Amino acid sequence: MASASNRPLSPHLQVWKWGPHMTVSILHRVAGDGLSFVGLPLLLWWLGALVSGPEAYATLVHWVWAGEPGHALQPFTNVLGKIALVGLTWAFMQHTLSGLRHLVLDTGAGYELTVNKTWSWVVLIAGPLLTAAFWAALLLR
Amino acid sequence: MDNGTSKGTPIGRVRGLGSARSGGHHWLQERASSLAAFGLCLFLIFAVLGLGDLSYAKVQQWISGPVPATAVALLVIVLFWHSKMGLQVLIEDYVHGANKVVCLLLNTIFSWGGAAFALLCIIRLALGAK
Repeated sequence: MASASNRPLSPHLQVWKWGPHMTVSILHRVAGDGLSFVGLPLLLWWLGALVSGPEAYATLVHWVWAGEPGHALQPFTNVLGKIALVGLTWAFMQHTLSGLRHLVLDTGAGYELTVNKTWSWVVLIAGPLLTAAFWAALLLR
Repeated sequence: MDNGTSKGTPIGRVRGLGSARSGGHHWLQERASSLAAFGLCLFLIFAVLGLGDLSYAKVQQWISGPVPATAVALLVIVLFWHSKMGLQVLIEDYVHGANKVVCLLLNTIFSWGGAAFALLCIIRLALGAK
């Protein structure tokens, strides 16, 4: 047992060190499920409103974004709607970027510790940046 | 069935545990649908940014065109397909027993129902129904 300190650590439930790849991994699931549970229903509402006509479309905009107050809850839902839309944009960017990372990892590449860490950080930082870029492009056009 | 190469135990096979023999296909479909969703989402993002504003008139006119309508229809199919596979993995990881069966059924209803509704909307828009 003299060389015990040189032996590799096996995966352990209590003894572990945080790494960015862990955050990227769980965020991939969180973001993907957010897109499914919130993004897809909103997409359906948008398409349904489009086919139902201008009034239905205005109703959607008034509840989700802004408009003449028709209901006491609207200021509240407008804030929620904006949080949801920005959150969904981030979720899309995050899920897409870490999905691309997964496609690279699937080829067997990128598992070296430093490379894996670097690209995990790139994904974590690029997600918010691309989200900001999209909203800047949308609001400043 | 037991040809000597199976890694499962007999009792595991009896209980229906172990490989369903379709995991590789599920895995590949997840990857393929992700690439399709990636391309179609890029199209949607740049189309939306290029619209000028998202008023009813602008969006309705845009989505009624044959190319955008086709792209959005394909996007809806791919997104619900990809979402169904992702939610299936989520359910299988966290929900067990009878609840799992219920959740998997709800996932199927949500995915097929949502995709069918969205496709009907797009077809109506593309055909100019008011």
